[in-house]
Amino acid sequence: MTRIVLAQIEPALGDLRRNLALHEAEVAAARASDAQLVVFPELSLTGYFLKDLVAEVALATGEGPLARLAELSRDITIAAGFAERARDGRVYNTLGLFEDGRMVGAHRKVHLVTYGMFDEARDFAPGERFRAIDSKLGRFGVLVCEDMWHLDGMWLHFLAGVDAILACSASPARGARAGEAQPRSQRTWTTIQDAAAVLTQSHVVYCNRVGCEDGIVFGGGSRVVGPDGVEVARLDGLEPGRLACELDASLVRRVRTITPLRRDEKPQLVLRDLRALEDAEEA
Amino acid sequence: MSDHAHPLDLNTDLVEALLVRFLRAEAGKFGFERMVLGLSGGIDSAVSAALAARAFGPANVLGVMMPYTTSSSASEADARTVAATLGIRLDKVEIGAMADGYLSMAPDADRLRRGNVMARCRMIVLYDRSVVERALVLGTSNKTELLLGYSTQFGDAACALNPLGDLYKHQVVQLARHLGLPRVVIDKPPTADLFEGQTDEGELGFSYAQADAILHALVDERRTLEEVVGLGHARPLVERIAARMAANQYKRQPPLVAKLGERTVTHDFRYLRDWGR
Repeated sequence: MTRIVLAQIEPALGDLRRNLALHEAEVAAARASDAQLVVFPELSLTGYFLKDLVAEVALATGEGPLARLAELSRDITIAAGFAERARDGRVYNTLGLFEDGRMVGAHRKVHLVTYGMFDEARDFAPGERFRAIDSKLGRFGVLVCEDMWHLDGMWLHFLAGVDAILACSASPARGARAGEAQPRSQRTWTTIQDAAAVLTQSHVVYCNRVGCEDGIVFGGGSRVVGPDGVEVARLDGLEPGRLACELDASLVRRVRTITPLRRDEKPQLVLRDLRALEDAEEA
Repeated sequence: MSDHAHPLDLNTDLVEALLVRFLRAEAGKFGFERMVLGLSGGIDSAVSAALAARAFGPANVLGVMMPYTTSSSASEADARTVAATLGIRLDKVEIGAMADGYLSMAPDADRLRRGNVMARCRMIVLYDRSVVERALVLGTSNKTELLLGYSTQFGDAACALNPLGDLYKHQVVQLARHLGLPRVVIDKPPTADLFEGQTDEGELGFSYAQADAILHALVDERRTLEEVVGLGHARPLVERIAARMAANQYKRQPPLVAKLGERTVTHDFRYLRDWGR
């Protein structure tokens, strides 16, 4: 059993100092509750609709707030979001995993969202790979927001045999039709989380933010689904909150024993078909 | 018609929660916990006031009645009923002397100009009161109005926060019922009350129900004009509403800035209003 806490926070827009303090408080609370892992939302250190602020809040590996998160991770694993400035100047929407005093892995958001109210590809460079991150708590597949809306990331993490998918977002609440209890956006998220859990036979740990940026209200709804597709825990409402629960490794093993999806997966077939598709397009 | 028969019907509990969250968050970031708004006796200002009362407590909401000399006394009575129902504070500022101070120098002003002067006088009163109250000016323009441009720029459209701007008129009415506002305010024909006998629908030349349906199909569902006509709406009306929406885009934008440098305010100096909050 892995004891985790989801920190459904309300980051301030472009204020690294305040957001770092928020992380420190959440980590302290998680540690006090004896959690082993605390998960924050997408861009938790910076806020979301950054636009030109991206250049001002982007952090190089080991810089100030990231060094502090590493320091805080000596006795608890931390997953937190930030704008990452790479050596070559590109800035990524990154989720880092901090453990034992250092950043042990990071995922750069691959599927930047650039439609409707979103303009990420204007401000960020896209990540170029999905790689599982090995932690002392298990193998994690990180997906940032829109990464969850595509099959590729969760499929590659499934092939890599992750124990849990850490899905972090900054998703606004949209749609409030009569007869529907939740915003349309949140119901879609729930469908995706359930499907991802069932199809990858992993825990799906979904941490969304709350709060408001220029009239856009983030929907919260942080949630954990088991590898059997059954909801483990969730947070309702639009307020900041902490969601504590356990990830059951035994359940992952048993689900995969009963229904051996990974054994029957055919990645080589997909590889051949993708190559054939590419050849056909080039012809 | 049942409450759930209309395609624009909302989950009003959820909408209330989202709008209250919006008001608290956006005011709180700037250190405000009080609101001031013009209370006309109409449904839009009543709904805005009700949402603010829920977000900040009725004692932190000031409704200001600002009648001109020709404003209907029924409007004032309705505004008083709204304030009493919500328990918010109420004040009255006659704008007759203020508006006439200028209008006496503009004897040729037609109805439109006079109406705009009154709307801008009210804006001056609200922004001045907001200083005394240490409050933000709360907006009351709904989505139908914003899209049609049926408002006075820098007049009734001026505000710091607008909780109604993404709600069609039909949805404002639905929310008004949900918030328990007085029937008299919900049922009466909407009016800007700028001259006697004026009604919104009379002035616009079409009903809010028609406007809501056509705008929703064009804007939210991104249907083409042809497709909207195909839904059964009269072509001239669809064309008129689409043209009106485009013609009034200027009212929904900050003033245009002529670009010269590398980074220009409103063009590519890209920061949210909530910058650093």
